[in-house]
Amino acid sequence: MLEHYLSLATKAIFIENMALAFFLGMCSFLAVSKKVDTAIGLGAAVTFVLAVTVPLNNLLYNLLLREGALSWISADFATLDLSFLTFLTLIGTIAASVQVVEMTLDKYAPALYSALGVFLPLIAVNCAILGASLFMVERDYNFAESAVFGLGSGIGWALAVIALAAIREKMRYSDVPPQLRGLGITFIVAGLMAIGFMAFAGIQL
Amino acid sequence: MNKKQKEALLDPLFNNNPISLQVLGICSALAVTTKLETSVVMSMAVIGVTAFSNLSVSLIRNLIPPSIRIIVQLTIIASLVIVTDQILKAYLFDVSKQLSVFVGLIITNCIVMGRAEAFAMQNTPGDSFLDGVGNGVGYSLVLLFVGFFRELLGSGKVYGITVLSPVTEGGWYTPNGLLVLAPGAFFLIAVFIWINRAWKPDQIEAVE
Repeated sequence: MLEHYLSLATKAIFIENMALAFFLGMCSFLAVSKKVDTAIGLGAAVTFVLAVTVPLNNLLYNLLLREGALSWISADFATLDLSFLTFLTLIGTIAASVQVVEMTLDKYAPALYSALGVFLPLIAVNCAILGASLFMVERDYNFAESAVFGLGSGIGWALAVIALAAIREKMRYSDVPPQLRGLGITFIVAGLMAIGFMAFAGIQL
Repeated sequence: MNKKQKEALLDPLFNNNPISLQVLGICSALAVTTKLETSVVMSMAVIGVTAFSNLSVSLIRNLIPPSIRIIVQLTIIASLVIVTDQILKAYLFDVSKQLSVFVGLIITNCIVMGRAEAFAMQNTPGDSFLDGVGNGVGYSLVLLFVGFFRELLGSGKVYGITVLSPVTEGGWYTPNGLLVLAPGAFFLIAVFIWINRAWKPDQIEAVE
Protein backbone atom coordinates (compact mmCIF):
# COMPACT_ATOMS: atom_id res chain seq x y z
CA MET A 1 0.00 0.00 0.00
CA LEU A 2 2.73 2.40 1.02
CA GLU A 3 4.70 1.56 -2.12
CA HIS A 4 1.73 2.56 -4.24
CA TYR A 5 1.68 6.06 -2.72
CA LEU A 6 5.46 6.40 -2.80
CA SER A 7 5.51 5.50 -6.46
CA LEU A 8 2.68 7.95 -7.16
CA ALA A 9 4.61 10.70 -5.37
CA THR A 10 7.84 9.98 -7.26
CA LYS A 11 5.91 10.00 -10.51
CA ALA A 12 4.30 13.34 -9.69
CA ILE A 13 7.55 14.98 -8.55
CA PHE A 14 10.06 13.75 -11.12
CA ILE A 15 8.72 11.72 -14.02
CA GLU A 16 5.58 13.69 -14.81
CA ASN A 17 6.89 17.00 -13.57
CA MET A 18 4.14 19.61 -13.91
CA ALA A 19 6.38 22.30 -15.35
CA LEU A 20 8.83 20.34 -17.48
CA ALA A 21 6.76 17.44 -18.79
CA PHE A 22 3.28 19.00 -19.03
CA PHE A 23 4.24 22.68 -19.38
CA LEU A 24 1.80 23.72 -16.68
CA GLY A 25 2.23 26.96 -14.77
CA MET A 26 4.60 28.18 -17.47
CA CYS A 27 3.66 31.86 -17.22
CA SER A 28 4.76 32.27 -13.62
CA PHE A 29 7.49 29.66 -14.17
CA LEU A 30 9.15 32.03 -16.66
CA ALA A 31 8.14 35.32 -15.05
CA VAL A 32 9.13 34.64 -11.45
CA SER A 33 12.34 32.68 -11.98
CA LYS A 34 14.72 35.62 -12.04
CA LYS A 35 15.77 35.30 -8.39
CA VAL A 36 16.09 32.20 -6.20
CA ASP A 37 14.46 33.90 -3.16
CA THR A 38 11.21 34.73 -4.90
CA ALA A 39 11.21 31.36 -6.65
CA ILE A 40 11.37 29.60 -3.26
CA GLY A 41 8.47 31.71 -1.96
CA LEU A 42 6.30 31.06 -4.96
CA GLY A 43 7.21 27.36 -4.99
CA ALA A 44 6.15 27.01 -1.37
CA ALA A 45 2.87 28.81 -1.99
CA VAL A 46 2.03 26.71 -5.05
CA THR A 47 2.86 23.48 -3.19
CA PHE A 48 0.60 24.49 -0.32
CA VAL A 49 -2.34 25.48 -2.51
CA LEU A 50 -1.99 22.31 -4.62
CA ALA A 51 -1.91 20.11 -1.52
CA VAL A 52 -5.15 21.74 -0.32
CA THR A 53 -7.16 22.13 -3.52
CA VAL A 54 -6.63 18.78 -5.23
CA PRO A 55 -8.09 16.66 -2.37
CA LEU A 56 -10.85 19.25 -1.85
CA ASN A 57 -11.82 19.15 -5.52
CA ASN A 58 -11.67 15.37 -5.36
CA LEU A 59 -14.33 15.37 -2.62
CA LEU A 60 -16.51 17.84 -4.50
CA TYR A 61 -16.27 15.89 -7.73
CA ASN A 62 -17.00 12.53 -6.17
CA LEU A 63 -19.80 13.70 -3.87
CA LEU A 64 -21.55 16.24 -6.07
CA LEU A 65 -20.63 16.27 -9.73
CA ARG A 66 -19.97 12.86 -11.21
CA GLU A 67 -22.74 10.71 -12.63
CA GLY A 68 -24.76 9.19 -9.83
CA ALA A 69 -22.78 11.07 -7.19
CA LEU A 70 -25.86 12.67 -5.72
CA SER A 71 -27.46 9.34 -4.83
CA TRP A 72 -26.49 9.90 -1.18
CA ILE A 73 -29.21 12.56 -0.97
CA SER A 74 -32.04 10.47 -2.34
CA ALA A 75 -32.59 7.85 -5.01
CA ASP A 76 -34.26 10.46 -7.23
CA PHE A 77 -30.94 12.15 -7.87
CA ALA A 78 -29.08 8.94 -8.71
CA THR A 79 -29.24 9.51 -12.47
CA LEU A 80 -28.08 13.13 -12.42
CA ASP A 81 -24.80 13.88 -14.15
CA LEU A 82 -23.46 17.34 -13.33
CA SER A 83 -19.99 16.77 -14.72
CA PHE A 84 -20.46 19.57 -17.28
CA LEU A 85 -20.12 21.92 -14.32
CA THR A 86 -16.65 20.53 -13.51
CA PHE A 87 -14.62 23.48 -14.82
CA LEU A 88 -16.70 26.09 -13.00
CA THR A 89 -16.60 24.16 -9.74
CA LEU A 90 -12.87 23.50 -9.87
CA ILE A 91 -11.94 27.11 -10.61
CA GLY A 92 -14.38 28.29 -7.93
CA THR A 93 -12.80 26.05 -5.30
CA ILE A 94 -9.34 27.19 -6.31
CA ALA A 95 -10.18 30.90 -6.19
CA ALA A 96 -11.87 30.45 -2.83
CA SER A 97 -9.07 28.38 -1.27
CA VAL A 98 -6.45 30.84 -2.44
CA GLN A 99 -8.46 33.56 -0.73
CA VAL A 100 -8.72 31.50 2.48
CA VAL A 101 -5.02 30.65 2.43
CA GLU A 102 -4.25 34.33 1.96
CA MET A 103 -6.38 35.41 4.93
CA THR A 104 -5.06 32.63 7.19
CA LEU A 105 -1.46 33.46 6.41
CA ASP A 106 -2.12 37.16 6.93
CA LYS A 107 -3.51 36.45 10.41
CA TYR A 108 -1.23 33.69 11.70
CA ALA A 109 2.01 33.90 9.71
CA PRO A 110 2.48 37.54 8.70
CA ALA A 111 6.20 37.05 7.94
CA LEU A 112 5.48 34.37 5.32
CA TYR A 113 2.54 36.41 4.03
CA SER A 114 4.64 39.48 3.31
CA ALA A 115 7.40 37.32 1.80
CA LEU A 116 4.97 35.83 -0.73
CA GLY A 117 3.39 39.21 -1.43
CA VAL A 118 1.68 39.56 -4.77
CA PHE A 119 2.26 35.94 -5.83
CA LEU A 120 -0.42 34.54 -3.55
CA PRO A 121 -3.47 35.97 -5.36
CA LEU A 122 -1.85 35.19 -8.72
CA ILE A 123 -1.79 31.49 -7.86
CA ALA A 124 -5.53 31.36 -8.55
CA VAL A 125 -4.83 31.68 -12.28
CA ASN A 126 -1.74 29.45 -12.30
CA CYS A 127 -2.60 26.63 -14.67
CA ALA A 128 -0.58 24.10 -12.67
CA ILE A 129 -3.27 24.29 -9.97
CA LEU A 130 -6.24 23.82 -12.28
CA GLY A 131 -4.24 21.31 -14.32
CA ALA A 132 -3.58 19.08 -11.33
CA SER A 133 -7.27 19.09 -10.44
CA LEU A 134 -8.21 18.22 -14.02
CA PHE A 135 -5.67 15.39 -14.10
CA MET A 136 -7.16 14.14 -10.84
CA VAL A 137 -10.62 14.02 -12.47
CA GLU A 138 -9.32 12.44 -15.67
CA ARG A 139 -7.28 9.74 -13.92
CA ASP A 140 -9.99 8.99 -11.39
CA TYR A 141 -7.83 9.21 -8.25
CA ASN A 142 -9.41 8.43 -4.89
CA PHE A 143 -9.13 10.82 -1.94
CA ALA A 144 -5.79 9.58 -0.55
CA GLU A 145 -4.23 9.33 -4.00
CA SER A 146 -5.31 12.85 -4.87
CA ALA A 147 -3.76 14.19 -1.65
CA VAL A 148 -0.44 12.53 -2.50
CA PHE A 149 -0.68 13.64 -6.13
CA GLY A 150 -1.42 17.26 -5.16
CA LEU A 151 1.48 17.49 -2.74
CA GLY A 152 3.85 15.66 -5.09
CA SER A 153 3.13 17.77 -8.14
CA GLY A 154 3.50 20.90 -6.00
CA ILE A 155 6.95 19.80 -4.83
CA GLY A 156 7.92 18.93 -8.40
CA TRP A 157 6.86 22.34 -9.69
CA ALA A 158 8.70 24.10 -6.85
CA LEU A 159 11.88 22.10 -7.57
CA ALA A 160 11.78 23.02 -11.25
CA VAL A 161 11.20 26.73 -10.67
CA ILE A 162 13.95 26.98 -8.02
CA ALA A 163 16.43 25.16 -10.26
CA LEU A 164 15.60 27.41 -13.21
CA ALA A 165 16.01 30.52 -11.05
CA ALA A 166 19.42 29.33 -9.87
CA ILE A 167 20.56 28.79 -13.47
CA ARG A 168 19.23 32.19 -14.55
CA GLU A 169 21.13 33.92 -11.72
CA LYS A 170 24.37 32.47 -13.07
CA MET A 171 23.43 33.30 -16.64
CA ARG A 172 23.81 37.01 -15.98
CA TYR A 173 27.54 36.56 -16.62
CA SER A 174 27.21 34.83 -19.98
CA ASP A 175 27.26 36.37 -23.42
CA VAL A 176 23.87 35.62 -24.98
CA PRO A 177 23.02 36.62 -28.59
CA PRO A 178 20.97 39.84 -28.28
CA GLN A 179 17.83 38.42 -29.95
CA LEU A 180 17.73 35.54 -27.50
CA ARG A 181 18.35 37.65 -24.41
CA GLY A 182 15.80 37.20 -21.65
CA LEU A 183 12.86 35.09 -22.77
CA GLY A 184 14.52 33.16 -25.60
CA ILE A 185 17.46 31.82 -23.66
CA THR A 186 15.15 30.95 -20.75
CA PHE A 187 13.20 28.68 -23.07
CA ILE A 188 16.39 26.95 -24.15
CA VAL A 189 17.48 26.46 -20.54
CA ALA A 190 14.05 25.07 -19.68
CA GLY A 191 14.34 22.70 -22.65
CA LEU A 192 17.71 21.43 -21.45
CA MET A 193 16.24 20.95 -17.96
CA ALA A 194 13.36 19.00 -19.49
CA ILE A 195 15.92 16.69 -21.16
CA GLY A 196 17.54 16.27 -17.73
CA PHE A 197 14.24 15.37 -16.11
CA MET A 198 13.54 12.82 -18.84
CA ALA A 199 16.32 10.75 -17.26
CA PHE A 200 13.85 9.93 -14.49
CA ALA A 201 11.47 8.24 -16.91
CA GLY A 202 10.88 4.58 -16.21
CA ILE A 203 11.83 4.69 -12.52
CA GLN A 204 9.57 2.33 -10.59
CA LEU A 205 9.44 2.00 -6.83
CA MET B 1 -12.19 50.10 -40.20
CA ASN B 2 -10.34 52.95 -38.49
CA LYS B 3 -6.72 53.00 -37.41
CA LYS B 4 -7.33 51.92 -33.84
CA GLN B 5 -9.33 48.88 -34.88
CA LYS B 6 -6.66 47.91 -37.35
CA GLU B 7 -4.05 48.13 -34.63
CA ALA B 8 -6.17 46.08 -32.24
CA LEU B 9 -6.48 43.38 -34.88
CA LEU B 10 -3.00 43.35 -36.42
CA ASP B 11 -0.58 44.40 -33.69
CA PRO B 12 -0.74 41.10 -31.76
CA LEU B 13 0.49 39.17 -34.82
CA PHE B 14 4.18 40.13 -34.71
CA ASN B 15 4.61 43.53 -33.04
CA ASN B 16 3.04 42.53 -29.75
CA ASN B 17 2.71 38.77 -29.99
CA PRO B 18 1.02 37.29 -26.90
CA ILE B 19 3.47 34.41 -26.66
CA SER B 20 6.82 35.74 -27.80
CA LEU B 21 6.53 39.22 -26.27
CA GLN B 22 3.77 39.34 -23.65
CA VAL B 23 4.72 35.86 -22.29
CA LEU B 24 1.07 34.83 -22.00
CA GLY B 25 -0.54 31.46 -22.58
CA ILE B 26 2.61 29.42 -22.99
CA CYS B 27 1.43 26.26 -21.22
CA SER B 28 -0.97 25.16 -23.90
CA ALA B 29 1.26 26.42 -26.72
CA LEU B 30 3.82 23.84 -25.70
CA ALA B 31 1.59 20.99 -24.70
CA VAL B 32 -0.82 20.58 -27.61
CA THR B 33 1.62 21.07 -30.49
CA THR B 34 2.92 17.54 -31.04
CA LYS B 35 0.65 17.37 -34.09
CA LEU B 36 -0.69 20.00 -36.47
CA GLU B 37 -4.28 18.81 -36.14
CA THR B 38 -4.47 19.36 -32.39
CA SER B 39 -2.74 22.74 -32.84
CA VAL B 40 -5.38 23.85 -35.36
CA VAL B 41 -8.29 22.77 -33.16
CA MET B 42 -6.74 24.39 -30.10
CA SER B 43 -6.14 27.61 -32.06
CA MET B 44 -9.77 27.79 -33.15
CA ALA B 45 -10.92 27.18 -29.57
CA VAL B 46 -8.67 29.91 -28.17
CA ILE B 47 -9.59 32.45 -30.89
CA GLY B 48 -13.27 31.82 -30.16
CA VAL B 49 -12.97 32.05 -26.40
CA THR B 50 -10.73 35.15 -26.45
CA ALA B 51 -12.95 37.00 -28.93
CA PHE B 52 -16.22 36.26 -27.18
CA SER B 53 -14.91 36.75 -23.66
CA ASN B 54 -13.55 40.15 -24.71
CA LEU B 55 -16.91 40.97 -26.29
CA SER B 56 -18.95 39.90 -23.24
CA VAL B 57 -16.66 41.56 -20.70
CA SER B 58 -16.67 44.74 -22.74
CA LEU B 59 -20.48 44.74 -23.01
CA ILE B 60 -20.92 44.73 -19.24
CA ARG B 61 -17.71 46.60 -18.37
CA ASN B 62 -19.56 49.56 -16.83
CA LEU B 63 -21.71 47.30 -14.65
CA ILE B 64 -18.92 45.22 -13.06
CA PRO B 65 -17.92 46.45 -9.58
CA PRO B 66 -14.11 46.70 -9.57
CA SER B 67 -13.70 44.62 -6.40
CA ILE B 68 -15.21 41.45 -7.89
CA ARG B 69 -14.18 41.87 -11.51
CA ILE B 70 -11.76 38.91 -11.47
CA ILE B 71 -14.51 36.52 -10.37
CA VAL B 72 -16.91 37.94 -12.97
CA GLN B 73 -14.31 37.56 -15.74
CA LEU B 74 -13.44 34.04 -14.61
CA THR B 75 -17.09 33.03 -14.63
CA ILE B 76 -17.64 34.40 -18.15
CA ILE B 77 -14.50 32.67 -19.40
CA ALA B 78 -15.29 29.37 -17.66
CA SER B 79 -18.79 29.34 -19.18
CA LEU B 80 -17.39 29.97 -22.67
CA VAL B 81 -14.84 27.20 -22.18
CA ILE B 82 -17.57 24.79 -21.08
CA VAL B 83 -19.48 25.56 -24.29
CA THR B 84 -16.31 25.05 -26.36
CA ASP B 85 -15.55 21.79 -24.58
CA GLN B 86 -19.06 20.46 -25.18
CA ILE B 87 -18.88 21.40 -28.88
CA LEU B 88 -15.51 19.67 -29.26
CA LYS B 89 -16.79 16.56 -27.48
CA ALA B 90 -19.84 16.46 -29.74
CA TYR B 91 -18.20 17.02 -33.13
CA LEU B 92 -14.46 16.29 -32.77
CA PHE B 93 -14.37 13.59 -30.12
CA ASP B 94 -10.95 12.12 -31.06
CA VAL B 95 -9.18 15.45 -31.01
CA SER B 96 -10.91 16.43 -27.77
CA LYS B 97 -9.57 13.21 -26.21
CA GLN B 98 -6.03 14.09 -27.34
CA LEU B 99 -6.30 17.62 -26.01
CA SER B 100 -7.38 16.07 -22.66
CA VAL B 101 -7.08 18.61 -19.85
CA PHE B 102 -5.83 21.42 -22.05
CA VAL B 103 -9.27 22.49 -23.26
CA GLY B 104 -10.22 23.11 -19.64
CA LEU B 105 -6.96 24.93 -19.12
CA ILE B 106 -8.05 27.65 -21.57
CA ILE B 107 -9.77 29.09 -18.46
CA THR B 108 -6.44 29.84 -16.89
CA ASN B 109 -4.80 30.71 -20.20
CA CYS B 110 -3.40 34.09 -19.34
CA ILE B 111 -4.16 35.46 -22.82
CA VAL B 112 -7.89 35.34 -22.21
CA MET B 113 -7.73 36.82 -18.70
CA GLY B 114 -5.00 39.27 -19.67
CA ARG B 115 -6.87 40.73 -22.64
CA ALA B 116 -10.16 40.92 -20.74
CA GLU B 117 -8.45 42.80 -17.95
CA ALA B 118 -6.10 44.97 -20.02
CA PHE B 119 -8.24 45.80 -23.06
CA ALA B 120 -11.90 44.85 -22.78
CA MET B 121 -12.42 46.66 -19.47
CA GLN B 122 -11.60 50.02 -21.13
CA ASN B 123 -12.78 49.70 -24.72
CA THR B 124 -15.97 49.41 -26.75
CA PRO B 125 -17.37 45.94 -27.61
CA GLY B 126 -16.44 46.18 -31.30
CA ASP B 127 -12.80 47.07 -30.65
CA SER B 128 -12.55 44.46 -27.91
CA PHE B 129 -13.87 41.75 -30.18
CA LEU B 130 -11.23 42.62 -32.80
CA ASP B 131 -8.52 42.71 -30.14
CA GLY B 132 -9.64 39.25 -29.00
CA VAL B 133 -9.50 37.90 -32.55
CA GLY B 134 -6.09 39.52 -33.11
CA ASN B 135 -4.58 38.06 -29.97
CA GLY B 136 -6.12 34.68 -30.69
CA VAL B 137 -4.58 34.72 -34.17
CA GLY B 138 -1.19 35.85 -32.82
CA TYR B 139 -1.29 32.91 -30.44
CA SER B 140 -2.35 30.57 -33.25
CA LEU B 141 0.59 31.67 -35.42
CA VAL B 142 3.08 30.43 -32.84
CA LEU B 143 1.03 27.28 -32.26
CA LEU B 144 0.90 26.45 -35.97
CA PHE B 145 4.61 27.20 -36.42
CA VAL B 146 5.55 24.92 -33.54
CA GLY B 147 2.98 22.27 -34.46
CA PHE B 148 4.08 22.18 -38.12
CA PHE B 149 7.76 21.63 -37.35
CA ARG B 150 7.17 19.21 -34.49
CA GLU B 151 4.99 16.99 -36.66
CA LEU B 152 7.14 17.32 -39.79
CA LEU B 153 10.51 16.67 -38.16
CA GLY B 154 9.25 14.51 -35.31
CA SER B 155 7.19 12.02 -37.29
CA GLY B 156 7.66 13.02 -40.95
CA LYS B 157 4.03 14.02 -41.45
CA VAL B 158 2.02 17.17 -42.05
CA TYR B 159 -1.59 17.08 -40.88
CA GLY B 160 -1.45 13.30 -40.71
CA ILE B 161 -0.21 12.94 -44.32
CA THR B 162 3.26 11.45 -44.70
CA VAL B 163 5.64 13.93 -46.36
CA LEU B 164 9.05 12.61 -45.37
CA SER B 165 8.70 8.83 -45.50
CA PRO B 166 10.22 7.49 -42.26
CA VAL B 167 12.79 4.68 -42.08
CA THR B 168 10.38 2.50 -40.07
CA GLU B 169 8.10 2.32 -43.11
CA GLY B 170 10.88 1.71 -45.62
CA GLY B 171 11.57 5.37 -46.42
CA TRP B 172 14.71 7.46 -45.98
CA TYR B 173 13.87 9.92 -43.19
CA THR B 174 14.93 9.15 -39.61
CA PRO B 175 12.36 10.90 -37.39
CA ASN B 176 13.85 13.13 -34.71
CA GLY B 177 12.14 11.84 -31.59
CA LEU B 178 13.34 14.76 -29.49
CA LEU B 179 10.87 17.09 -31.22
CA VAL B 180 7.88 15.01 -30.18
CA LEU B 181 8.98 15.10 -26.56
CA ALA B 182 8.75 18.08 -24.21
CA PRO B 183 12.21 19.63 -24.76
CA GLY B 184 11.66 20.01 -28.52
CA ALA B 185 8.77 22.38 -27.89
CA PHE B 186 10.90 24.62 -25.68
CA PHE B 187 13.62 24.83 -28.33
CA LEU B 188 11.17 25.59 -31.15
CA ILE B 189 9.56 28.46 -29.23
CA ALA B 190 13.04 29.83 -28.55
CA VAL B 191 13.72 29.69 -32.30
CA PHE B 192 10.44 31.49 -33.04
CA ILE B 193 11.37 34.25 -30.57
CA TRP B 194 14.82 34.47 -32.11
CA ILE B 195 13.45 34.92 -35.65
CA ASN B 196 10.74 37.34 -34.50
CA ARG B 197 13.26 39.52 -32.66
CA ALA B 198 15.89 39.40 -35.38
CA TRP B 199 13.18 40.82 -37.69
CA LYS B 200 11.86 43.38 -35.15
CA PRO B 201 15.00 44.45 -33.26
CA ASP B 202 13.08 46.86 -30.97
CA GLN B 203 11.76 43.82 -29.06
CA ILE B 204 15.22 42.82 -27.85
CA GLU B 205 15.36 42.88 -24.06
CA ALA B 206 17.75 45.20 -22.25
CA VAL B 207 20.72 43.75 -20.36
CA GLU B 208 19.74 43.17 -16.73
